[in-house]
Amino acid sequence: MTSLFSKFEGLAGALGAVVAAGGRNPFAVVIEKPISSTVGIIEGRETLLFGTNNYLGLSQSERAIKAAQAAAATCGVGTTGSRIANGTQSLHRQLERQIADFFKRRDAMVFSTGYQANLGMISALAGKDDYLLLDADSHASIYDGSRLSAAQVIRFRHNSPDDLYKRLKRLDAPNSAKLIVVEGIYSMTGNVAPMAEFAAVKRETGAYLMVDEAHSFGVLGEHGRGAAEAEGVEADVDFVVGTFSKSLGTVGGYCVSDHPELELVRLNCRPYMFTASLPPEVIAATGAALEDMVAQPELRRQLMDNAAQLHAGFMSMGLNASTRVSPVIAVTLETVEQAIPMWNRLLELGVYVNLSLPPATPDSRPLLRCSVMATHTAAQIDQALAIFRQAAEECGVPLQPNKA
Amino acid sequence: MSETVESVSALIIQKLLANPKVPRDIDGNCKIMEDLAFDSLAVMNFVMEVEDSLDVSVPLDKLADIRTINDLAACIVDLKNKG
Repeated sequence: MTSLFSKFEGLAGALGAVVAAGGRNPFAVVIEKPISSTVGIIEGRETLLFGTNNYLGLSQSERAIKAAQAAAATCGVGTTGSRIANGTQSLHRQLERQIADFFKRRDAMVFSTGYQANLGMISALAGKDDYLLLDADSHASIYDGSRLSAAQVIRFRHNSPDDLYKRLKRLDAPNSAKLIVVEGIYSMTGNVAPMAEFAAVKRETGAYLMVDEAHSFGVLGEHGRGAAEAEGVEADVDFVVGTFSKSLGTVGGYCVSDHPELELVRLNCRPYMFTASLPPEVIAATGAALEDMVAQPELRRQLMDNAAQLHAGFMSMGLNASTRVSPVIAVTLETVEQAIPMWNRLLELGVYVNLSLPPATPDSRPLLRCSVMATHTAAQIDQALAIFRQAAEECGVPLQPNKA
Repeated sequence: MSETVESVSALIIQKLLANPKVPRDIDGNCKIMEDLAFDSLAVMNFVMEVEDSLDVSVPLDKLADIRTINDLAACIVDLKNKG
């Protein structure tokens, strides 16, 4: 009889090879105790955290912690129900109003995770006669949303408005609605979407535009509203989706829009309807973290300064880092055989980053993915850079200084 | 211009052979993922190249049913005839 698990044999072999090459399972790292937003105990050692997406350090926000404690004390620790049944408390509606006001939009929907926000919005909006146009490097939640929808799904070349335009023009479907989905900052590479050019394609072709600002919310734009704000094209964006689990340091997802039909999406959106809503303490902490973010625009400036410091350090050292400075900085290595020992050595020397292996990387090369925080000190960034140099030298990763 | 399954299949094989990692002895019956050792991302990227050569878009949901080079060719011919 066929085993249910025979399909995992290839995976088991691949994981075994990764563990054998480095001595530990990179996908089972335990942060034994967070000391601060930038330091955690891993394997009993104080470790610099350079892979947590906690861009503004707000997972440790005093204001958010106090708000969570107060909400748990007064409202309990869970809602035990769906948003469309018993799972909406006043706090949920308050947070939706707060998010909508922050983005200057008519309304907001709050989801239990960022993954569900993409899954829910894409699958609810795109029906079987519609077309979805996805950037080739889209996050798994966008691809999964497209599979849950009944729509025709077309990929266009990563960050290429020209390729998107060509593929839209190729569609001979005047009676179908078209929804373009892009991300503000791409999570693996740190690439930033050319939003003004995408907006121009949207205007010319009459398509709808959704932007996932998961990694750019709180990071890009004068007020932190993301890549669309940074390029002045928010009016062209029909739907902004995002997450609370990066710059706000909690968990949950959202969609904001000016379309009044958002109210109907609530009743046509399975990942919103068929799951329990976020617990009161998370909702309260998220609202407080958003207040922190608005009150401290200097966090965003510090974040970009820190990103520039880390990026410049990689460039002068001769590692192959992304060309554009963003809070996600991916160091690309040529082979998995280089990446696994180097990632392990970094951890042993006291720096945690994310190891990303193909096919989860865009061009079949492995990445050491770093994310920078506003709360990193200059000394911590220098220390991380020194450890990167040591690990690269010990692992035989070639350094090519001044190669732009 | 009228493509046939044979002509599209030949074009796909020609494009595949441009990649030195692809075995030299492939034919239309080769399974794209198993025989060519393409992962899911490599398949989607390769299909994008074929789309541009033939000025056609293959929706991702159609890829789920495609195993062999000839399956891909037949799907493309079908899409072109509808267009």
